[in-house]
Amino acid sequence: MVRANPARRRRVASKVVLWVLCLGPALWLGFGAATDGLGANPIEEITHRTGWWALFLLTITLAITPVRRLAGRPGWVRYRRLLGLFAFFYATLHFLTYLVLDQFFGWSYIVEDIAERPFITVGFAAWLMLLALAVTSTTGWIRRLRKYWQRLHRLVYVAALAGGVHFLWKVKADTREPLVFLSAIVVLIIVRVWAPWTRRAPRPQ
Amino acid sequence: MLIRRPDDIRPSEVTPYRVYMNRRHFIGRSAKAAAAAALVPGLLSACDETERMEARPAPPAVPESATKGGPNSQERSWEGVRSELDEPLTPYDDVTGYNNFYEFGTGKEDPARNAHTLVTRPWTVEVTGEVARPAVYDLDDFLAPHAPEDRIYRLRCVEAWSMVIPWTGIALADVIRRFEPTSKARFVEFTTLKDPEQMPGQRRRVLDWPYVEGLRLDEAMNPLTLLATGVYGRDLPNQNGAPLRLVVPWKYGFKSIKSIVKIRFVEEMPETSWAVSAPSEYGFYANVNPEVDHPRWSQARERRLGEFRRRPTLAFNGYSDQVADLYAGMDLRRWY
Repeated sequence: MVRANPARRRRVASKVVLWVLCLGPALWLGFGAATDGLGANPIEEITHRTGWWALFLLTITLAITPVRRLAGRPGWVRYRRLLGLFAFFYATLHFLTYLVLDQFFGWSYIVEDIAERPFITVGFAAWLMLLALAVTSTTGWIRRLRKYWQRLHRLVYVAALAGGVHFLWKVKADTREPLVFLSAIVVLIIVRVWAPWTRRAPRPQ
Repeated sequence: MLIRRPDDIRPSEVTPYRVYMNRRHFIGRSAKAAAAAALVPGLLSACDETERMEARPAPPAVPESATKGGPNSQERSWEGVRSELDEPLTPYDDVTGYNNFYEFGTGKEDPARNAHTLVTRPWTVEVTGEVARPAVYDLDDFLAPHAPEDRIYRLRCVEAWSMVIPWTGIALADVIRRFEPTSKARFVEFTTLKDPEQMPGQRRRVLDWPYVEGLRLDEAMNPLTLLATGVYGRDLPNQNGAPLRLVVPWKYGFKSIKSIVKIRFVEEMPETSWAVSAPSEYGFYANVNPEVDHPRWSQARERRLGEFRRRPTLAFNGYSDQVADLYAGMDLRRWY
């Protein structure tokens, strides 16, 4: 076995740190749930926090590409899939919380919600997109889809927008936080569309 | 516990004791009312009230040990108290730690965290508009002629969560009769204090401050409608709308306006805060109605705090017998 070089050790260490950071909120939530520390309405609290982390991690994922370009750290792309999958992880917890804890499999209510309440329709659509992206995130699928893979994965911007709108449409009057998320997402989309680097450098395949 | 049903057990009988702190208030008020009546012979109604109060049996003495210490000692006296449908009371900490009071922030736990800046004494209530005797009252004078009552009511938030809360307060109908609205008065409008110094949430324009709510006069006169001064037998905590708030148990919680400084009798339907903020989502009536959904979520079911499964929401929050008549012939889909 060849001894790992320092750069590789750093990469592994940074991934471990990232895993811990990304799992932290879920563990903290689990701890809160186990110790009755989630306030008077724990199901609502779980729903809100998992949704928040899904959107937060999704926004961070979108930021990876411009940040690594601006910071001159092309290697950071290796964190993108991990962050995106954690965003999907929290989005799935969020959806399952709604499905199981909140509605307790009340399918008629769930179908009605998804069909008739735009904020739920949009949120569900975002989750479906993330599901498709998560499934096709493996190296095998990247190879199989070739150039279509990148096109497909541009859906992440649509999913993020849908997630932000889902949050905005949910709140009653205090729109500060969803608007912060939406602004960040819109800025990241603009950056992506104008993407100065794509003109200079050839695209990675 | 539903009241004004002759055969029902009165909440005061269910309640093991009248809690000490409130009893002191009660006695203080009675003394004041008696003094006022003695000084002003024309204040007959106040006199009647006083007599009625004094005719009630004296509350049993509470052992000193039960009144000292934290909230627990007082909570204990409410243990096992259940309302009519066998619904246990929502714990004191949840009632006072989880609610909406945007004047102190939009999070559910913000009011409990931030409301300490509210100064509730001295407090004045302005009674104005189409009324025989408009005046500004000191809170104690405002309350003095009326006998406080305990009422256990469901509270159904428009956000589809609910609680069961033991209030102490006075019947709004008695207060209205005392102020003698003129024949022009068709609605009652209530206004919350506006003071961003005391209410930091008002520094941001989440709503058009001050908060305004209103009732049709007959709704206001309904025996269920309460002006609350206490919860769980103690004075209202600031976050629950101290020192004086409305409780309209058959309407969504946002109708039950908190920290009231003005009561105005008017001819036209008042422009109420949420109805102004989002008219397609919140109407003036805001009666609890499982058949009329909020545009963004279902109102068919609700989560009672402390319960896992959602329970069906009841028409008029379970108070149909007492209030459905008020809306006879009205299209409740239109007048949501």
